[in-house]
Amino acid sequence: MSGETIRTLVKKSAYQDSVVLLALARELRTGRGVLEAAALMGTPANKELLAQSGLLTREAETAGANDLAIVIRADSMAAAELAVSQAEAFFTSKQQRLCRAGHSLPRTLDGARRHFPGANLVVVSVPGPFAASEARKALSAGLHVMLFSDNVVVEDEVSLKRLATKRGLLLMGPDCGTAILNGVPLGFANAVPRGRVGLVAASGTGLQQVACLLAARGEGISQAIGVGARDMTEKVGGLMTLQALDALGADPATELIIVIGKPPSPSVRKQVQVRLRAISKPGVLALLGREVREEQEGELRTVATMEDAAEAALAALHGVPWAPRPFGAPREEIHRRVLAIQQTLAPQQRGVRGLYAGGTLAHEATLVLESLLGAVATNLIPGSTGHHRVLDLGADEFTVGRPHPMLDSTLRVEAIRLAAREPQVAVLLLDVVLGYGAAPDPAGDIAPALEAARADARAEGRDLAIVASVIGTPGDPQGIESQTARLEAAGAWLLPSNAQAVRAAACIAGGDPIMRLLFEPMEATER
Amino acid sequence: MMAGIAALFCQEIRVINLGLEVFAQELQRLGVPVIHVAWSPPAGGDPRKAALLAALADEEEE
Repeated sequence: MSGETIRTLVKKSAYQDSVVLLALARELRTGRGVLEAAALMGTPANKELLAQSGLLTREAETAGANDLAIVIRADSMAAAELAVSQAEAFFTSKQQRLCRAGHSLPRTLDGARRHFPGANLVVVSVPGPFAASEARKALSAGLHVMLFSDNVVVEDEVSLKRLATKRGLLLMGPDCGTAILNGVPLGFANAVPRGRVGLVAASGTGLQQVACLLAARGEGISQAIGVGARDMTEKVGGLMTLQALDALGADPATELIIVIGKPPSPSVRKQVQVRLRAISKPGVLALLGREVREEQEGELRTVATMEDAAEAALAALHGVPWAPRPFGAPREEIHRRVLAIQQTLAPQQRGVRGLYAGGTLAHEATLVLESLLGAVATNLIPGSTGHHRVLDLGADEFTVGRPHPMLDSTLRVEAIRLAAREPQVAVLLLDVVLGYGAAPDPAGDIAPALEAARADARAEGRDLAIVASVIGTPGDPQGIESQTARLEAAGAWLLPSNAQAVRAAACIAGGDPIMRLLFEPMEATER
Repeated sequence: MMAGIAALFCQEIRVINLGLEVFAQELQRLGVPVIHVAWSPPAGGDPRKAALLAALADEEEE
């Protein structure tokens, strides 16, 4: 007779990144007879996690920060042994995939430069405390850098950007994991065509939203430069934004420039505006904040949402007038859908819960929701309170020691479960971000949780509205059609942009007054 | 001063990937020249010691 057993494998000096370990643990958990599996580097924080799940065995306890600990709990010794050999096989096949023609991989940046003398860009995504030093080495060697890592301190960011500026190099990031250079997607980016719109973005998901909306309308990207979330703050002084604007200004392929982010410091704003005017190409400023109002000044347009940035850019490129619209679909269609959903809800259900993977999408959701429904509580603004809530699940407080929610849905699945239990919640509002680097099946990861949430609500005599937008293109590895179909099968109402999804959620929660607020100003202008 | 970035816009992007392997795999699939570094945290994974080592290396360079 066999009994439950725990088997541990410690591989000394075998550093693996968090995404690899996530994939391995997932694979091991699917093994027959495997009850739980963990694959973690032996850092103190990770050992604490193992202890919490009762997997900190004596062997695992001996693992150091650079040692890999794999712990398997199975219903029999045979099942545990099988999982261990599966883990060994995982690493052998992985090694083979990345090695070129029998060569072993270099272990340092210098080694890589010797192997690959023509390299011109370094993507750095090592853990934050080690990232600045690697980026500095790359810049010193004359290489452009995309600094994907987060948790890089601002002092390091400033000194790296000064060095980059001095050497005429790009230092993209940190805390902005997206760029597209010469059509090559870097970090989290989507499959979009090459074209004539240049993007400068302090926001990764903002860049993705604008690039995807442009692509959906047949317009492509010349270059998309992610300058880092803090670049336009007083401390960093827009060092990379200004550098990127100059580069796009001089780039003959770029006909229009969109700047994406949060409101910059006053001095940076002034410099950005001066620079854009000097460039004499049409510009769109999508620097999303409470005080931002739609306006046109010469060739420079200021907009309030990411979708408006894409739409205003398209209008400028085609030489046609433009005004913001609340929805792509006609009022009657939106109204019908909202009414149908409202009929399934109980009277006390008035709250919106935004559960976001993308930080800027969460920021945009907070702004749009606030303008329509009033106060919103969000982890983006410490101390904020309100009837409605928006969570950025990619914020630093959620990602220490675990992959970003665009890679791992565990946290969001839990958040969906918790929100569904609140009887006053009417709408779950979500973003689903596709593209290179993102999880292989984000819709499939959350759809069962959405179905379970609705089933739980129905069991208590109410329902739950699910409103979402998918940020992606047909060329993305996940394929937007199948992702969309999976979410719709789970009962989600999908809108073409995050801004529209937020407005739809507000209409469901707020009813007719919100519909009027959204449509009447536009209809008055059209009359 | 712009020569560096303007020049990059006219070149093939050739990447050294330091960190998440998934980025190297994606680029490889797209046919972008990329080399992945089998990076591991310096100083046995102790960020404080690693920072000290990096500072020493910088001083040597200067």
